[in-house]
Amino acid sequence: MLLILLGVLVLHLIILILLIVSTAASAWTVGGDRSSDLWYNCMTTNGGYHCKPASNEDWLQAVQALMILAVLFCFFSLIAFVYQLFRLVKGGRFFFTAIFQILASVFVMCGAIIYTVMSPDDAKVVFGYAYVLAWVAFPLCLISGLIYIVLRKKE
Amino acid sequence: MLTFLALASVVLLGIVPERSQAIVIYTGWERHALVGSDIRLSCSFFSWRWTSEDVTFSWTYRPDGSRDSISIFHYTGGAAYVDNKGPFRDRLEFVGNPGRRDGSILLKNLEFADNGTFTCDAKNPPDIVGRPSSVRLLVFEKVPIQAGVITGAIIGVVLGLLVLIVVIYYLMRFLVARRVFSLSVSKHGKKKKEGSQQRQGPAPPADPSKIKV
Repeated sequence: MLLILLGVLVLHLIILILLIVSTAASAWTVGGDRSSDLWYNCMTTNGGYHCKPASNEDWLQAVQALMILAVLFCFFSLIAFVYQLFRLVKGGRFFFTAIFQILASVFVMCGAIIYTVMSPDDAKVVFGYAYVLAWVAFPLCLISGLIYIVLRKKE
Repeated sequence: MLTFLALASVVLLGIVPERSQAIVIYTGWERHALVGSDIRLSCSFFSWRWTSEDVTFSWTYRPDGSRDSISIFHYTGGAAYVDNKGPFRDRLEFVGNPGRRDGSILLKNLEFADNGTFTCDAKNPPDIVGRPSSVRLLVFEKVPIQAGVITGAIIGVVLGLLVLIVVIYYLMRFLVARRVFSLSVSKHGKKKKEGSQQRQGPAPPADPSKIKV
């Protein structure tokens, strides 16, 4: 009861942190001394660390928007969870929380898919940790949303 | 507190007369334009002195990749002198108002060769110490998407839809409650009690599933 609640809340917080790190860190593509995407293209030359803003392509802006929306919806779902925890009638389901969480997972999925498909093919570059975190956050977010659908407030 | 304020005001009044000799010039940072279009490069300045009659504006142009600047415009003694030999001959027009500290110029019929840095220098005697300000001109075949436009649009639309859905949901709930209430007023009071109990019985979260489907 209390343990399940705590577990669900901890999972939600972990997902939120994963999403925030994945969105904020500019490490969706790394290669050698270069790490780029979502927000900055940074290069470590012998002079130092030089960053310039990421390209203005439309697909990259769409990925930025979707990741930000995912973070926002995950946050809204956390607020809805806390609100519904205290205000829900006994035996009720956490629908609002579940809807926001599932929407957040859909946004992360769309963002990650668009990035995978549209990122330019280059022999030397591989996907960075922020990209991996986005793909990890997506199933966790979906599972968390489904848990909220089946979760019921105890009498 | 009061002594601190008094000290601060004395210090500021002491500093200001020395700073007042510097003229501050404002132009844009970067300007984007399409080939063949016109663009207005604005230049204005801030000076602690009144605008004198000997105010001067001058614009110089440095093409991209070149290290030399060429002077293309000069306003002095109440008269504007535009470029009549250089790259902008017959394409430059003075559209500023020196009385209002505006030294803007209009470039007509832009070409790709006009990419470069334009520097405006203004002097308002006796206030002549200042740094010229530069604006970079970028001429495009078609205007590229600016950073963040699509991002902002997507976020705005989705959040707007969210707010709309929430508002519609609460509006529908309010209207349906109203309709039930008004319906049963015309009938018995018993029906009204039944109706209001039915509203509070099922948990409110059950409604979104109905409405969203």
